[in-house]
Amino acid sequence: MTYLHNIGAYFIMIKDMFRKPTKWSVLKTLILKDIDDLIIGSLGIVAFIAFFVGGVVAIQTSLNISNPLIPKYLVGFATRQSIILEFAPTFISIIMAGKVGSFITSSIGTMRVTEQIDALEVMGINAINYLVFPKFVALTLYPFVISIAMFLGVLGGLAACVYGGYGTYEDYIFGVQNDFIPFHMAYAFIKTMVFAFILATIPSFYGYFMKGGALEVGKASTTSFVWTSVVIILLNFLLTSLLLG
Amino acid sequence: MIEVKDLHKSFGDAHILKGITTSFEKGKTNLIIGQSGSGKTVFLKCLLGLFEFEQGSISYDGKFFSKLSGDEKRELRSKIGMVFQGSALFDSMTIAENVMFPLQMFTKMNKSEMEDRADTVLKRVNLPDAHKKMPSEASGGMQKRVAIARAIVNNPKYLFCDEPNSGLDPKTAIVIDNLIQEITDEYQITTVINSHDMNSVMEIGEKIVFLKDGLKAWEGSKETIFRTDNEVVTDFVYSSELFKKVRKMYIEENE
Repeated sequence: MTYLHNIGAYFIMIKDMFRKPTKWSVLKTLILKDIDDLIIGSLGIVAFIAFFVGGVVAIQTSLNISNPLIPKYLVGFATRQSIILEFAPTFISIIMAGKVGSFITSSIGTMRVTEQIDALEVMGINAINYLVFPKFVALTLYPFVISIAMFLGVLGGLAACVYGGYGTYEDYIFGVQNDFIPFHMAYAFIKTMVFAFILATIPSFYGYFMKGGALEVGKASTTSFVWTSVVIILLNFLLTSLLLG
Repeated sequence: MIEVKDLHKSFGDAHILKGITTSFEKGKTNLIIGQSGSGKTVFLKCLLGLFEFEQGSISYDGKFFSKLSGDEKRELRSKIGMVFQGSALFDSMTIAENVMFPLQMFTKMNKSEMEDRADTVLKRVNLPDAHKKMPSEASGGMQKRVAIARAIVNNPKYLFCDEPNSGLDPKTAIVIDNLIQEITDEYQITTVINSHDMNSVMEIGEKIVFLKDGLKAWEGSKETIFRTDNEVVTDFVYSSELFKKVRKMYIEENE
């Protein structure tokens, strides 16, 4: 029953997110602040992880190719496919559920604990629109983060391959360009947009509806990370079945 | 004037408010007092529209809150100022931005007009130089004064304060009490204060409503509370030796 109640409350929150909009002059500032916190603030960690995971994928692929009949350019091909199809959209989103999701839950949860949300409601402000909508708008720029992750992942693979002595520059680039299906990019960005919505709303839900004190803010952040990750993985399966199956 | 009739509120099986009827007059500091768990905070949140109630009515100058449309409720709420127990200042904003926030949301003032108004109210609460500080850099007393400044910046008709003295030293508490009373007189607003600070009761309680177990057990003023024979009130208010002596002295002086 609790799960059903939470699902219902989540969808009501989504509806309320679009009701009674906050004044544009105020909303604009909130959106810019959230873009800075959620998007710009995540670029460093995303770039770091993508570059090195790209390198690891290239090394692992290369080390597992022992058959001389398998062409060397497969390293570039496999790295590209892994990064574009799964690593960048899905696993970066799981990482973002930890980084951005916890930030959203704890910041909104702290506002709940310190009565700042009550203060907004007493003033007649739609607190859900005021707090959640700017995060949703900011995260529409999430595909930009994923594009950077894709580029740096493939670049990391190239660096590891060439400088680690696992293959040549020409083989890797040929593999990256070989048999490229443009729809795979569309598939990756459709997933990214769906995950961006999840990243903005599930952590907000757990922050907004939390009860208790400082300890519960920590618990809410953990619960939010778990459920955001679960929903991302389930939707990943569903979207992959629908779009590529 | 705020009128409350037969107000009932429950949470599941717990019947918290059991039919409260009272009124809060304009230009007066009205205090709701009672022990912890007596229903004060729930009552205040019902008055503010933060909790929906099952039975009864609340009217603001004749307008029944539950019968108002969404826009009318928003209009009414823009005339309400609230000082929360923990001040509830927005910690991502400076003190001046906190004070200007209701103006940003509900008026068409330009930035310099808002700054002028914030400057005026911050001076009124004796914080003329605190504009650029963050709430975390301010003391508890300063935060309360900023909360009062934010509550009155948009010229409210109604001011609600939840335990405005909690966590403050006695001297600062008296400053806050006096400030609330002066503002109530000056702006002729209807002020409702939720408190269990007996100093506040003696200092500024122009009307006092005493709650016990979700019921109104007594109502009167700071003058009549000294003479009441109501055992429930005297047990609570004169539980300390100091207040027993104060009461005795008051009665002797006024006989």
